[in-house]
Amino acid sequence: MEYILLIISAVFINNVVLAQFLGICPFLGVSNKVGTALGMAGAVTFVIVLATMATYLIQIYVLNPLGIAFMQTITFILVIAALVQMVEIILKKVSQGLYQALGIFLPLITTNCAVLGVAILVIKKNYNLLEGVIFGASTAIGFGLALVILAGIREQLELAEIPKGMKGVPISLVTAGILALAFMGFTGIVK
Amino acid sequence: MNQFKNFTKGFIRENPILVLVLGTCPTLATTSSSLNGLGMGIATTFVLIGSNAVISLLANVIPDKVRIPAFVVIIASFVTIVDLLMQAYVPSLYDKLGIFIPLIVVNCIVLGRAEAYASKNGVWSSFIDGFGMGLGFTCALGVLGAFREIVGSGSIFGYKFIPGDGVLVFILAPGAFIALGYLIAIVNKIKK
Repeated sequence: MEYILLIISAVFINNVVLAQFLGICPFLGVSNKVGTALGMAGAVTFVIVLATMATYLIQIYVLNPLGIAFMQTITFILVIAALVQMVEIILKKVSQGLYQALGIFLPLITTNCAVLGVAILVIKKNYNLLEGVIFGASTAIGFGLALVILAGIREQLELAEIPKGMKGVPISLVTAGILALAFMGFTGIVK
Repeated sequence: MNQFKNFTKGFIRENPILVLVLGTCPTLATTSSSLNGLGMGIATTFVLIGSNAVISLLANVIPDKVRIPAFVVIIASFVTIVDLLMQAYVPSLYDKLGIFIPLIVVNCIVLGRAEAYASKNGVWSSFIDGFGMGLGFTCALGVLGAFREIVGSGSIFGYKFIPGDGVLVFILAPGAFIALGYLIAIVNKIKK
């Protein structure tokens, strides 16, 4: 039950994009088409889960025993960057299909603040490894959900007549705002 | 380009938030009040100036292939400095900004300026560039924060001058998206 609450809370109530403002850049950047949005969501989920595990283990077994927890930011960003690179190389060798689907999104993920954000939040909230991974995966699902919804709306928006100044980023932001308003309706689900 | 032009380009012409639309995450998250917005802006400015200056000094030494990881390490060092300083001297602001202080590392503005400007220019111009860009970022955050605070709670810098509750939604998440959307639309309109 505890885990279900954790998942619902991370996907709907504290949605990573619409309530916590993490990963807005890819949220605005790759939400033109539903297809690309799905690809990005898949790549982000993959990387977040791996990164959460790696950074958690490093924090517990390296940084804390050595008393250098203040090195957290530097270590985590390097671990994430290396991990993304490694995933890219492995995918290229092992699965061409998956590489072609996710490949172009991987370099973008290093600077996706959702990945580093989740890694830091897991440590801050004192989750254990299992909770951390569940939290990471459901956060990524929340990211994907918001991304795909916005992409669907933007595909329709292309056909609509929009005032010149509002075209592009502004209308996407206002749409995201209304989406965030809708997601606020979930607040009452979990106490 | 003379140094003055270099300094002022970050304000309107190449404003990182309103024109280039970089670094939107901290912009939306920390502007629930004008004070938080300014605090975040100043922290980012410090990192920008420091990383720009150091990277322009080291650019010739760093091999081209490992340049991005090297830049990230330099930026992360400055972020750690800011993080520790803020924790020690402004703990209340540090608590409010929370996770967004370490996340300055992945702010696209900082890496963007390092890659696009500091790695190709001298120390002094890079310093000016970082300072100007940082101030442009701070101004945009301040304006957005002030707007949200005035509309959302009828106060500015915590000083209440409009009685009543205000439009609460502008303090909450959806208001951030909508306010920034219209702010960018206004800038687009002015520029044309």
